[in-house]
Amino acid sequence: MSGQRIVVGLVLAAAALAAPWFAYPVFLMTALCFALFACAFNLLLGYAGLMSFGHAMFFGTAGYFYGHVVKEWAMPPELGLLAGVGGAAALGLVTGALAIRRQGIYFAMITLAFAQMIYFFCVQAPFTHGEDGLQGIPRRALLGGLIPTKDDRVLYYVVLAIFLFGYFAIYRFIHSPFGQILKAIRDNEQRAVSLGYEADRYKLLAFVLSAALAGLAGSTKAMVLQFATLTDVSAAMSGEVVLMALVGGLGTIVGPVVGAFVIITMQNYLASAGEFVLVIQGAIFVVIVIAFRKGLVGELAEWWRRRSAPRPAAGDD
Amino acid sequence: MAQVALGLVNGAFYAMLSLGLAVIFGMLNVINFTHGAQFMMGAFAAWLMLGILGVPFWASLVLAPIIVGLIGVVLEKLLLKRIYHLDHLYGFLLTFGMALIIEGMFQWRWGSSGAPYPAPITGGTDLGFMIMPSYRLFVVVAALVICLATWYGIERTKLGAYLRAATENPTLVRAFGINVPRLITLTYGLGVGLAALAGVLAAPIMQVSPLMGTNLVLVVFAVVVIGGMGSIMGSIVTGFGLGLVEGLTKVYYPPAANTVIFVVMAIVLLVKPAGLFGQAK
Repeated sequence: MSGQRIVVGLVLAAAALAAPWFAYPVFLMTALCFALFACAFNLLLGYAGLMSFGHAMFFGTAGYFYGHVVKEWAMPPELGLLAGVGGAAALGLVTGALAIRRQGIYFAMITLAFAQMIYFFCVQAPFTHGEDGLQGIPRRALLGGLIPTKDDRVLYYVVLAIFLFGYFAIYRFIHSPFGQILKAIRDNEQRAVSLGYEADRYKLLAFVLSAALAGLAGSTKAMVLQFATLTDVSAAMSGEVVLMALVGGLGTIVGPVVGAFVIITMQNYLASAGEFVLVIQGAIFVVIVIAFRKGLVGELAEWWRRRSAPRPAAGDD
Repeated sequence: MAQVALGLVNGAFYAMLSLGLAVIFGMLNVINFTHGAQFMMGAFAAWLMLGILGVPFWASLVLAPIIVGLIGVVLEKLLLKRIYHLDHLYGFLLTFGMALIIEGMFQWRWGSSGAPYPAPITGGTDLGFMIMPSYRLFVVVAALVICLATWYGIERTKLGAYLRAATENPTLVRAFGINVPRLITLTYGLGVGLAALAGVLAAPIMQVSPLMGTNLVLVVFAVVVIGGMGSIMGSIVTGFGLGLVEGLTKVYYPPAANTVIFVVMAIVLLVKPAGLFGQAK
């Protein structure tokens, strides 16, 4: 079993390292950014049971923070990333503290409403450059000139490292005592409270962490694509990240990564279809909610379990 | 003062839409994200019927809600009824997907830019302090009548009593021989029809475009959070009230007019998390 895992791990690592020589690096980097974004969203929904329908506000504003710091203030990209993460976390602290005062479906509506407020703010604010977006963010070398980022392939490895950092951070959160308590609150809040855990504090912390990681994804995307636009703050983007996590499988740690790659690939191939992409995305939502609520990874895992399970069951008879 | 009166026009739409959301949520336990798309379909139905068949506005006011409401009934029978036993979130996601499909198809066929719908009533009415376009005045009055009629239907009639009872305890109501699944379908059709009716009323004011509903429904979600979905009258009062607040903001600090409702939502969450008319739950 563990031998199998090591083989799978090695194959994945080799694929990740070799990928930019076989596929278009910018596409891969974009997909990695969205994968991290979807993982951050899933941390909140899958493990804390809180569905945010406004995660684009962290993803999008972090892009603006990054762009402003790097372009207007001419600072190194590391500080830009830091500003993006910090800004998203601060926004997460404020909106999260308010949103966790309501539960379930209201929570989703409140986050959606706050995201819309941030969107309207971004449309009007001068530093976002409105409809034009913040364009031509320069790509500067990282670590004081050690890592040149003009070359897409070099930048790919940087983005891969950022993604892995975020991914393992989430992995650590989930498997720490903090993650266990979060799951307990998700499954039965009253019981967790009666055991002496302050549920709201844990929820808020999870919300801020998720926001910060979404910010990391958003500012990394701005670093790669060199622009930040209103699209990344819009309600459509909030819906897209939900779709990615849902396609891959909620509450599984690899699911959102798979879902992000599937959706980004689909958008890439369907770019010429225009508005029809919306129809297809909507159809995927409907099909998954009606028939495949576990998502790709969840359904596959279940199929694998069923395939390997019958043998001991047959022995019992 | 003029802006405040015009704020009432927006408030009329907030009230009608949040009322429909509340009615549907009460019975189906689903937040109908498709509400904005159905509002848009109402406006489109009126626009298409006028353009192709020459159906006048007043006939559309009756026909469009029936057509869109029937489409809603089909959607409920095909899709929504399969998810009532699941968490609320799935209803939200399902109706979100349905909204994407509907809006995508309209955008694909008619593009994103809007088309104008001629106002059925022209000219203005002198209210003493301002001259208000007569059609807008009509919208406010019509919305009030529609809202009060819905309130009356739910709170004061026999069918309404069945509805409220079925919301409270569906199993027991079923034991009395009332067809609850049909009642649920009917409620959804009614709620959707209400959205379409608001859409027809909006057609001469806003541009008829595929995305006219989405932008509105996002604000209406905030209205629903502020008011709470527990009370029908609460939805009506909150809707009109927030329209006024928005109108006032346009007078005193125009840049915040778009966001003021969300700010009110944040304040309500701080002071009275359950919403102005909601029960703590």
